[in-house]
Amino acid sequence: MAAEAEVVAIRERATQRRPAGGAGDAVFRGLTVFFATLVLAILGGVIISLIVGAWPALRKFGFGFIVNGSWNPVTENFGALAPIYGTLVTSLIAMLIGIPVAFGVALFITELCPKWLKRPLGTMIELLAAIPSIIYGIWGLFVLAPAIQAYVEPAIIATLGNIPGIGALFAGPPLGIGVLTAGFILAIMVLPFIASVMRDVFETVPPMLKESAYGLGSTTTEVMWRVVLPFTRIGVVGGILLGLGRALGETMAVTFVIGNSHHVHASILQPGTTISAALANEFTEAVGDLYQSSLIALGFILFIITFIVLAAAKLMLLRLQKGAGA
Amino acid sequence: MLLRRSLLPAAVAAALCAATLPASAAEISGAGATFPYPIYAKWAEAYKAKTGTSMNYQSIGSGGGIKQIEAKTVDFGASDMPLTPEKLKADSLQQFPMVMGGVVPVVNLSGVKPGELKLDGKVLAGMYLGTITNWDDKAIAALNPGMKLPNKAIATVHRSDGSGTNFIFTHYLSSIDPEFKSKIGENTSVEFPGGLGGKGNEGVAALAARTDGAIGYVEYAYALQNKMTYALLKNHDGNFVAPKSETFQAAAANADWSKAPGFYLLLTNQPGKDSWPITGATFILMHHQQTKPDSAREVLNFFDWSYHNGGKMAEELDYVPMPASVISMVEQSWKTIVGPDGKPVWAGHGS
Repeated sequence: MAAEAEVVAIRERATQRRPAGGAGDAVFRGLTVFFATLVLAILGGVIISLIVGAWPALRKFGFGFIVNGSWNPVTENFGALAPIYGTLVTSLIAMLIGIPVAFGVALFITELCPKWLKRPLGTMIELLAAIPSIIYGIWGLFVLAPAIQAYVEPAIIATLGNIPGIGALFAGPPLGIGVLTAGFILAIMVLPFIASVMRDVFETVPPMLKESAYGLGSTTTEVMWRVVLPFTRIGVVGGILLGLGRALGETMAVTFVIGNSHHVHASILQPGTTISAALANEFTEAVGDLYQSSLIALGFILFIITFIVLAAAKLMLLRLQKGAGA
Repeated sequence: MLLRRSLLPAAVAAALCAATLPASAAEISGAGATFPYPIYAKWAEAYKAKTGTSMNYQSIGSGGGIKQIEAKTVDFGASDMPLTPEKLKADSLQQFPMVMGGVVPVVNLSGVKPGELKLDGKVLAGMYLGTITNWDDKAIAALNPGMKLPNKAIATVHRSDGSGTNFIFTHYLSSIDPEFKSKIGENTSVEFPGGLGGKGNEGVAALAARTDGAIGYVEYAYALQNKMTYALLKNHDGNFVAPKSETFQAAAANADWSKAPGFYLLLTNQPGKDSWPITGATFILMHHQQTKPDSAREVLNFFDWSYHNGGKMAEELDYVPMPASVISMVEQSWKTIVGPDGKPVWAGHGS
C-alpha cells in the first residue's frame, strides 16, 4: 500500500508542470533570442554594406563588369572577368585533383585498410585541415613552385602541350607560379574535408547491403561503385560542395602562388588571379573611390558564389541526415 | 581569512597593471613606401635608443601611404611618387624628400654573377612589354657580346600593389621608350601585359629569387640583403654603370631642388658619366593643418634627427642622404605645418 502510494506520488511529481519561468528563464530566453537575431543582423549588415560599397562600380560598369577582362587602375577601367575566371579555374583544378584522391583515401580507410591503421591514417588526413593556410602558401612558394617549375611543368608541356586543340591549355614557359600550382595547393587543402565526409558517409552504409553484394559474387570495386556510392551519393556531393566552398574563398595560400596577373590566359601554366587574391593584394592600397568600389564589387560577387555553393551543400547534408542515402 | 584570500590576487593584479602602464614615451606612426623601409627601420631603432620615442612604420606601398595620410590614420605618409603641386594643394598636404636611392633590375639566371649582365632601357621596356620573350634574344645578346645566354623564357616580375618603386621604374621606361609610354604608361599601379606580380619590394625579391629565368626590379637595399644578381644598365651618357652609392650620388648631384615647387623632382635618366639611370627620392607627406601638434612635433623631431644624424646609416645601406642645402630648405618649409592655433608646431633644430 505504502509502496503504491509512493509510486503514485512520484508519477504525480513527474507529470506536474514546472511553473513557467521565473525571471531567470525569461532573461535566458531573451538573451538567446538576441544572439540569434544578432547573427542574422550581422549577416544582413554585411550584405548591405557590400552592396553599398559596390554600388558606384556596379552603376558605372553595369553587368559588363563581369565580362570585362581589363584591370587598369590608371585609366580606371576595371573588370571582374580575370578574377572570376581564376577563382573558378583554380577551384575546378582543386576539385578534379582532390575528389578522386579523397575518394581513394575514404575507400581505403573504410574497405581495404587493416584495422590497426584506420585510426592513425584518419587522424593524419584530418591534420591536413589543421595546417594554417598561410603555411600552405609559404610551402607552396618555397618548395612546391620551384619543384613544379623544374620537373612537373616541363613534363606537361612536352607531353600534353603538343596535343592539338587542348595543347593550348598546357602551353607556355614553365614559370612554377601560376594557376596550376594554386590548384594543386587548393586540392591538398580541400582533401581532408572531402575525405572525412566521404568516410563518415561510407561507414553509414548498412553492412547487410554490402554483404549481400559480396555474397552474390561482386568484387570490391563493384561493391563500391554499384552499392556504396549510389547509397551515399547525396552525402558525397554535400562533402564535395563543402570542399568547393573552401576552395572558392581561400585567400592566403592562393595569393602566394598564383602570380597576381589580371589576365585571362588560355594556359593553366600561366599566372592569373582570384577574387580573394586580388582583394588581399590591392585593397589596402586602392587609391580612388572607383578602384575601391570595384574591389568591393568583386567581394560581393564572391559572396554570392560562395553563398550559393554553401547553401546547396547544407541542403544536401540535411537531406542526408533525414535517412542515409537516397 | 576570506578577505586575505581575495585581497592578495587582487593586489597582485593591480600591481601588474600598474607595471604595464606605458612609460611616458611618445609613439609616432607612419605608413607607405617599401622603398625606404630598411633605412627608416634603422633610423627608428637608433632614435628610440636615444630618445625613447618609438616610430611605427608600416611598409604597405606608396599607394597605401598616400591613402592613409589622406584618411589621417597615420602621422605621416611615405611615397616614392611625389604628388604634383596641384594635388598637394587640393589635399592640403605638403611633402619633402627624405632620402634617395636606386631601383635596380635583378635577374635569376644560373651561371650569371652579379654585375655581369648588361641591359639598357629599351631592352627592359621590351621585356616588360612582352616583345622580348626569351633570354637568348638578339637584342640582349647585342649588349652582352661573348656571354652565353640560355634559351629560357623570360619571367617578368612586377609590383602587384600600389608602388612608388613601380612609378619610378615605369617613369624611366616611359621616358626611354614611347611604345611603353603609350601602351603601359607610368603610375604607382599599371597594367603589365603579363608576368608575375609580387606584393611590395619584398614580394618582387622573393618571386624573382625563386623563379628560374626571372627579371624584376627592386630597391637596391633589397637586392643587397637578399644577395641577388643585379644587372648593369646603360645610362644617359651611354656608359654601363653598376648600382652602388657612387652612381646613385652621381645622379642625385644633378638635382636642383630649389627650382622644384613642392619639391616635385624626378631623378631618372640623369646626365653624367657615372649616373645610375633609375634613381629616385622618397618623400614624406604631412598635413598643413595638424590637429595633434605634439605628435607632429615628435614626427618633425624624428626627421630632423634623421637628417642630421642618420646620414652614415643611410650610406651603409647604399641610400644617398639629402645634401645640407636641401635639408635647410626642407626645414624652412616646415614653418607651414601649423597647429590648431595657427603657430608652427616645430620649434626648430635642437628642440
